Amino acid sequence: MREADQAGVLLLEDGSRFEGTLVSSGECFGEVVFNTSMTGYQEIITDPSYRGQVVLMTQPHMGNYGVSSEVSESRRPWVEGFIAREFTRVPSGVGGEPLIEYLQRSNVPALEGIDTRAVVRRLRATGSLRGVIAPLSADPDELKEHLHTMPRMVGRALVDEVTCDEAYNVPAQGEERCFLALYDFGAKENILRSLSKRGARVRVLPARTSAEDCLALGIDGVVLSNGPGDPEPLTSIIEAVRTLLAAELPLLGICLGHQLLGLAVGGSTFKLKFGHHGGNQPVKDLVNGTVAITSQNHGFAVDGDSLPYNCRVTGINLNDGTVQAFEVNDRPVFSVQYHPEASPGPHESARIFDEYLKAVTDHAAVAAR
Amino acid sequence: MPKRTDIQSILILGSGPIVIGQACEFDYSGTQACRALRAEGYRVILANSNPATIMTDPEFADATYIEPLVPDMITRILEIERPDAILPTVGGQTGINLTLELHSTGVLDQYGVELLGAGVDALRLGEDRQLFKEAMVEIGLDVPRSGFATNMDEARVITEELGYPVIVRPSFTLGGEGGGVFFNRAEMEEVVPRALQASPAGQALLEQSVIGWKEYELEVIRDLADNAIMVCSVENIDPMGVHTGDSITVAPQQTLSDVEFQEMRDDAFAVIRRVGVATGGSNIQFAVDPKTGRRVVIEMNPRVSRSSALASKATGFPIAKIAALLAVGYTLDEIRNDITGETFAAFEPSLDYTVVKIPRWAFEKFPQSKTVLGTSMKSVGEVMAIGSNFREALMKALSGLELDGDRVQMESRSSDPVSLRRRLTTPNWERIFAVFSATRQGWTIEELHQATEIDPWFLREIKEVVDLETELSCWSATTAPRQLLRRAKFSGLTDRRLAALMSTDHSEVKAALAEHGIQRVFKRVDTCAAEFPATTPYLYSTFGDEDESAPSDRRKVMILGSGPNRIGQGIEFDYCCVHAAFALSAQGFETIMVNCNPETVSTDYDTADRLYFEPLTLEHVLAIFEKEKPEGVIVQLGGQTPLKLANELQAAGVPILGTSPDAIDLAEDRERFGALLRKENVLQPANGTAVSVDEAVAIANKIDYPVVVRPSYVLGGRAMAVCYDETTLRDYMSKATDVSPGRPILLDRFLQNAIEIDLDLLCDGETTVICGIMEHIEEAGVHSGDSAAVLPPHSVSDDLQDQMRAIASRLAIQLGVVGLMNVQFAIMGDEVYVIEVNPRASRTVPFIAKAAGIPLVSVAAQIMAGAKLAELGITKEPKLDHYYVKVPVFPFSRFPDNDPLLGPEMKSTGEVMGISKEFGIAFAKAWIGAGNRLPQEGTVFISVRDRDKPATTQVAREFKELGFQLVATLGTAKFLRERGLEVADVKKVAEGRPHIVDLLINGDVDLVINTPLGGEAYLDDKEIRTTSLRFGIPCITTISGALAAAAAVRALLGGNLSATSLQALDERRKAST
Repeated sequence: MREADQAGVLLLEDGSRFEGTLVSSGECFGEVVFNTSMTGYQEIITDPSYRGQVVLMTQPHMGNYGVSSEVSESRRPWVEGFIAREFTRVPSGVGGEPLIEYLQRSNVPALEGIDTRAVVRRLRATGSLRGVIAPLSADPDELKEHLHTMPRMVGRALVDEVTCDEAYNVPAQGEERCFLALYDFGAKENILRSLSKRGARVRVLPARTSAEDCLALGIDGVVLSNGPGDPEPLTSIIEAVRTLLAAELPLLGICLGHQLLGLAVGGSTFKLKFGHHGGNQPVKDLVNGTVAITSQNHGFAVDGDSLPYNCRVTGINLNDGTVQAFEVNDRPVFSVQYHPEASPGPHESARIFDEYLKAVTDHAAVAAR
Repeated sequence: MPKRTDIQSILILGSGPIVIGQACEFDYSGTQACRALRAEGYRVILANSNPATIMTDPEFADATYIEPLVPDMITRILEIERPDAILPTVGGQTGINLTLELHSTGVLDQYGVELLGAGVDALRLGEDRQLFKEAMVEIGLDVPRSGFATNMDEARVITEELGYPVIVRPSFTLGGEGGGVFFNRAEMEEVVPRALQASPAGQALLEQSVIGWKEYELEVIRDLADNAIMVCSVENIDPMGVHTGDSITVAPQQTLSDVEFQEMRDDAFAVIRRVGVATGGSNIQFAVDPKTGRRVVIEMNPRVSRSSALASKATGFPIAKIAALLAVGYTLDEIRNDITGETFAAFEPSLDYTVVKIPRWAFEKFPQSKTVLGTSMKSVGEVMAIGSNFREALMKALSGLELDGDRVQMESRSSDPVSLRRRLTTPNWERIFAVFSATRQGWTIEELHQATEIDPWFLREIKEVVDLETELSCWSATTAPRQLLRRAKFSGLTDRRLAALMSTDHSEVKAALAEHGIQRVFKRVDTCAAEFPATTPYLYSTFGDEDESAPSDRRKVMILGSGPNRIGQGIEFDYCCVHAAFALSAQGFETIMVNCNPETVSTDYDTADRLYFEPLTLEHVLAIFEKEKPEGVIVQLGGQTPLKLANELQAAGVPILGTSPDAIDLAEDRERFGALLRKENVLQPANGTAVSVDEAVAIANKIDYPVVVRPSYVLGGRAMAVCYDETTLRDYMSKATDVSPGRPILLDRFLQNAIEIDLDLLCDGETTVICGIMEHIEEAGVHSGDSAAVLPPHSVSDDLQDQMRAIASRLAIQLGVVGLMNVQFAIMGDEVYVIEVNPRASRTVPFIAKAAGIPLVSVAAQIMAGAKLAELGITKEPKLDHYYVKVPVFPFSRFPDNDPLLGPEMKSTGEVMGISKEFGIAFAKAWIGAGNRLPQEGTVFISVRDRDKPATTQVAREFKELGFQLVATLGTAKFLRERGLEVADVKKVAEGRPHIVDLLINGDVDLVINTPLGGEAYLDDKEIRTTSLRFGIPCITTISGALAAAAAVRALLGGNLSATSLQALDERRKAST
């Protein structure tokens, strides 16, 4: 502990506490999740899907390289709090802001010096827990009370807290191949970059945009983005997705977008015990039998058994068999639970964007005829 | 995809003797492959010339061939066994070179053998630097600019284009052998010819220097369904310019962002796909310019490698085993992850700890060589450590190195401000200590980075350790604040170091830590950062809240391993530890292995029941003992590493199994041992113990020159020498003082021209069984580890052998040996002298076990656990109907400035075994297996010292009879001519030109027999030997070695060498008894 640092604590709802050092001060509440990615902390911190969550990183050293504006996944950090075994004070390499300074400047409380593996093992045993990071001096009874009164993740609609205020355009890079609408439920920048760099012009829409307004744009396809929270309470959005499905436009759902598609086709979703958060998750493609290592970040999943007869599960998480992708018969629907845009994580699933855009342009060509 | 059923039998190629760049990591990978494929029901045929390996134990394959790894011999094995396929990718460069040769001569086609893992094209692409570069450019990857040279003119033209400095990489060599860097024209003239000479293809790559760039390695695996995963990333702390095997490395990589890292990962997959490795692991090396981020591909190995062994241990992902299973058709998603039990091999390990590897060098053995590191690998071993952060892992790894001095002493050696900058700027094996020193002296991170080009991130971590130490020295154990002590322990500082800093003893430190609740806990290596429960107890210690060791209440035994490989303590001791684990597990004990060497089988998580990957220091070992509370600890199998701890462990109340530490001490203690021998009426060379120069001279005068001198308590003849007169003795004594501080120097009368014998036995405290007697081929004075040897003796009478048996048995009983014992005898005339007794495992154990067909260590371990020899059915010495010859291999080519001369200090890194009914054939096999040439015609050059001249006549006569021409220096030639031999003259170097070295360089000599002259003629001699070495001309430096070589040539001329498996030998042995 250095002079400027303050003693801090992570308190979990089951009563366990871990004392460490607050490297970025403050108090924060959220669902505590662990992420096993060994790099990419800036992408994680700025991923809107982490709204409402305190993220604990399993790789012990954070902040080894500096924070730079180009790799942010959105306009600001979204994690409620951030925990690692150790934070590097001065990053390696040329330029870049020290991670601690970035967290301090952004008012994200951060804790170091705790037995992070012990926390992970606890979460693994009990499932996700609500928790608080606070100065050691904070009144423990007050913290406990607050912990037990804060909402659980199940049933929590968080999309409205992270979506854009108004629609905006992202131009295609190079020759424009198609025009897409993207529902921003907390979209990661790299989804937009992945589409744009492949020649898609994108209109980014606030989460509650009606399907009619969307379809009126004269688009070639719709992308349903990732985002935080439980998909189930988002009933009006699910309705909108149903309308979009009926319009037979090529749809791409990613993460929360995938869960919303699952609900829209009549399936159900459920909360995973502690979710998948990391860049090493194997997804088995049930169509061709191959396995891709993917980036994943989700606490809810589509129940494969709940999907109607016209849907087919096409990808599962090899570790626990949960649904990672499904298709709707005769519809150009691409629905993936994992993150083809990576960022952070492995790139090999980026082909989903190629396949989707091909479907979009093929569809547009047929429609034009 | 399910496993293939169209193949039934698979030949696995081992990597041969341990050499620098190819060590026991290939025993680890080969053993894993053998076990995995046999478990799948394939008939496994193994070829490896190295008897010290675990893989060559007969139970690991269906047919085990300890035969030279040369194309002829493999062809013979193919003929006998007719395997369906070969797995060439687990035997290092040796396996690949052999396979490529067998392919190019059409042998593979002739026998219809399929290559598993990687086809010929992929192997060639991975190995041929030119093809590789072209392929990389073709797939759009960046490579350093370069050109190929086959002669100096081409080299000059390429250099003109590239500009200085230039990196030189000879084609098709191992561990960068023969490579180098040149910064100017003069160095070019030196480096390039050496590289061309070293390359079997006479070709070298001259490459734009990326010295100072950051260096990375990615371990990737691919399967038949084209799934690819990255198992581990490794970052070299030493930037480009130092061979990766000589670099301190860290896993996972620490300083790349996700953006940079994922692009590198994409490139790695592109490389493995383009090279066409169908299944299995590959290691791909990258360099990154720290200023611009530009990334270039340096090279790839289309096979498992030293790095993949490290990656396996660092992650818990068994690369070699998985590679073997993929080779027979499985896909990654079909193979279970052993550690979690519930997930599959198709994933990428996530590490929630930091791993540091530090190489172990043996420069002290090669005093004439520069200690500078470059592109040619020089280290002989390595340690790995796991910690919760980089500092802890680094400090643990430094503790595990077992250097002669501790870190503080090493630092102070480097602290001279005049030479400090040079120690930082020129990579050398002590540079890490210089970094500590400089930090302590107030160098800034920027200054250090400028001098070393080490990434500032690592330098800051080191500075944090130094700062902590500085702060600690202001406190006492009772007053130091909790946070400070906590940070100190979290940063890997040992109790002893804390005690020294706070001027107290370590028990007080322990008390303070306990009071503050700062506790060492054990965590599991589980491949997945705790996302899934780990069923496999692969543990490391750190500091934290939660302990995951969950010790059982079974009967258990703890085995202490041998730490990093070094010359004199290598794979043989790992062999012993592994067998003890197997045997005791089979007996129903829970076995606990403690070791820190990532290259070994012992640190495989499925060797012992529980694995603690920890440094072998008192603090770490005691912590494990206190946690596990085993019935006893075995210290006699891991060489000096655990033995050094025995007394302190015993003092701390740890029960030591087997022979008591006191008995081991007695054998090492001159006085006590001398008394025992006198009591038993056993001869030993006259001797004495000296603590000063004058005392040493006085003793030498009394016992008479020549004398063998050595410090007490050393292994591998460290700092041992023969002194022929007072001048050399005084010189030795003046240099010897720092070898073993506080320990005396031992002097023995040197028994000139004596025959040396190794005898190994088993003893249960009451009865003994002799296991084998080995006769050294080199005479006394050459370290037993460096001497060729034969089992059974081929020139010692039965009566003398019986005398030795009786003496050894008596001594074993007197010492109270429970386990293994090795005795070294010298025979002079008809007298038997005892040179030394080692009541513990020694280097000879695996060799004798394999030759005698007795599972020596397994028996020894059971004895230590309380069994009796008779109960185990071991009652009599095995009868041998074959000769088993050991020939050592030497790393001289890595140390070109050094005289390749044998002496009392051990220098060999490994050994091979040759087996035959005839001594000559057995020697020939071993000689060839050790990588030596054995000419069957041509010219033999002879130059011997006077006292060897009489014996030389027979050597000369034998070679003459075999059809060789003889050339000799004037004195030797005259002597031989007088005895009726036709010999041509040649001048010594000092006698004018043309001289012998000219002849050697011109290729006019095929075999050199040169016994050292000493004194003035020494330099002349040395040039002969170093030139022979450079040009690959076999050079024999003892008369007995020369006689054996003559017998071997005779055997070769007499016909082809045949191959026999150990299993077939055993069948025959059983049939005959």
